[in-house]
Amino acid sequence: MLLVLTTGRKNGDDRGIGVTTRRTMRKSIRQRYSLATLALGAVGGHKRWRPAWQSRPLSNRYDIVIVGAGGHGLATAYYLAKNHGCRNVAVVERGWLGGGNVARNTLTIRSNYLRDESIPFYVRSVSLYERLSRELNFNLMHSRRGMIDVIQTWPRLREIRRRQLAMDLHGSAYKQIGVKELRRRIPALTGGGPDSRLPILAGMVHTDAAVNRHDAVAWGYARAANGLGVEIHENTEVTALITNESGAVCGVRTHRGPIAAKKVGLAVSGHTTTLTGPAGLRLPLRSFNLAAFVSEPMKPVVDVVVNCPDLGVYLSQSDKGELVIGGAPDPGQSFRRDVKQTVFEDAVCAMLELFPTFQRVKLLRQWGGHLDIAHDASPILSATPLTGLFVSAGWWGGYKAIPAGGLAFAHLLATGTPHPLMEAFTLDRFRHLDFILESGTTVVV
Amino acid sequence: MLVIPCPFCGPRDEREFVYGGPTSARRPHDPTALSDSQWVEFLTVPDNPLGPVRERWWHARGCGDWVEILRDTRTHEILRDRDG
Ligand SMILES: Cc1cc2nc3c(=O)[nH]c(=O)nc-3n(C[C@H](O)[C@H](O)[C@H](O)COP(=O)(O)OP(=O)(O)OC[C@H]3O[C@@H](n4cnc5c(N)ncnc54)[C@H](O)[C@@H]3O)c2cc1C
Ligand SMILES: [Zn+2]
Repeated sequence: MLLVLTTGRKNGDDRGIGVTTRRTMRKSIRQRYSLATLALGAVGGHKRWRPAWQSRPLSNRYDIVIVGAGGHGLATAYYLAKNHGCRNVAVVERGWLGGGNVARNTLTIRSNYLRDESIPFYVRSVSLYERLSRELNFNLMHSRRGMIDVIQTWPRLREIRRRQLAMDLHGSAYKQIGVKELRRRIPALTGGGPDSRLPILAGMVHTDAAVNRHDAVAWGYARAANGLGVEIHENTEVTALITNESGAVCGVRTHRGPIAAKKVGLAVSGHTTTLTGPAGLRLPLRSFNLAAFVSEPMKPVVDVVVNCPDLGVYLSQSDKGELVIGGAPDPGQSFRRDVKQTVFEDAVCAMLELFPTFQRVKLLRQWGGHLDIAHDASPILSATPLTGLFVSAGWWGGYKAIPAGGLAFAHLLATGTPHPLMEAFTLDRFRHLDFILESGTTVVV
Repeated sequence: MLVIPCPFCGPRDEREFVYGGPTSARRPHDPTALSDSQWVEFLTVPDNPLGPVRERWWHARGCGDWVEILRDTRTHEILRDRDG
């Protein structure tokens, strides 16, 4: 229980929140989580907790409608209210809050990308995450435990060294270690010896990497956004975009009726083209399935995120003790949310090659999600040729990007101009074939 | 797992194949006749349907031929090819 709550501090040093917003937040959320409120709650038998957010009746008009209550949609709503004072905002979600990929991913938060445009954005996102528990007054169980890449081929080592040089320029840490040191840090890694198919050559340590709790990210942003006046409407599927005579988007059609909006922001991860296609807007996106699975809880065996890019598997251990394991994406386009047997078997075989002792570990659950990926494997945060329509899409490994992605999308929606961190990531880059190529560096999500 | 019908080898496990991407956009006969935006669209924008997509798979660990199938992206069911 204690883990779910942060200790509140009256005069905390959360630089992220300005004086006025702090005051409004405290007033509107009313229920702050702290050690004191937890103790009080215990005295009352935990019966006095109010719902973390309230749902108001759906109106037929908002300034801004955000489609999709995943990490990106909710973070965008929060920063719209907090940084830009936009409160007449509704987030509409076809399922339930945080039931999409935000709750289906493997939580790896990292900034080891290749391009000068990408790295500063991810560095910012990783650092926003580090202060987010305090800012949202919601314990994300953030754990900066670092990630180690297990390198088994020379081309991979060269590619990762190249990334290291680029990252050095932008303050993201990547450091090579030898095999002995690698095995010292990950004792369970007993495979990949000199006689194996792919002997381990080196390790690469990314100290900035972290994991945290995905549900808490969705709920924390939802609660904070709602506290600032944003409405969240679940079970409200957008079936089409509404355009006016001049071709501008002026609202959305939902199965609960039409909603007018001055601006519409899509954050529907995987389904962007499903909504833009019928409106005549073709985007450089394809949707693919990515899957993960977890083991039964066990005693602590790995205290870092282990990524094995040459074999196509990565894993970490959750605070509950479950191994969280992810593999390569299913090759063909897909809108399925389960895992394909071949993909699952490949990931398990890859893991056992390096961690043979995990052979007897029982697996508990498996699942998948569908995500869209852009032609150059970088996100698209952009206005569109349809006036009034903005998209936040192509988030292949977009969990790590939720704080900075939300910050930048809010900026774009509120001001109409790209956030400085995301200037290069508009649709214009395709018009000039000015790709931000990150294929390869997104293998691990 | 997909069982991909190879015209030469018959139905085979997808692990014998390498995915070759969607085939919806054919390379234009005369790229110079296109406008810049049409050319960029051909290069970067694939079909991404919630339903049947036409795609190519290379039977790399089989006969080596390229196989074209129509596959539903919601179910992964391989549909009968429209042409054959
Ligand atoms: C197995 C797996 C592992 C991953 N691992 C990582 C990782 O380790 N690190 C990392 O950084 N990223 C990872 N990702 C990627 C990450 O999860 C996504 O990039 C990110 O969650 C996408 O943004 P989101 O949270 O806004 O998406 P979502 O949570 O999917 O939000 C989109 C929402 O839009 C809703 N929606 C869709 N269509 C409509 C409609 N028509 N009307 C109304 N609502 C609609 C959906 O129901 C959904 O709730 C992983 C993904 C998967 C599937
Ligand atoms: Zn064949």
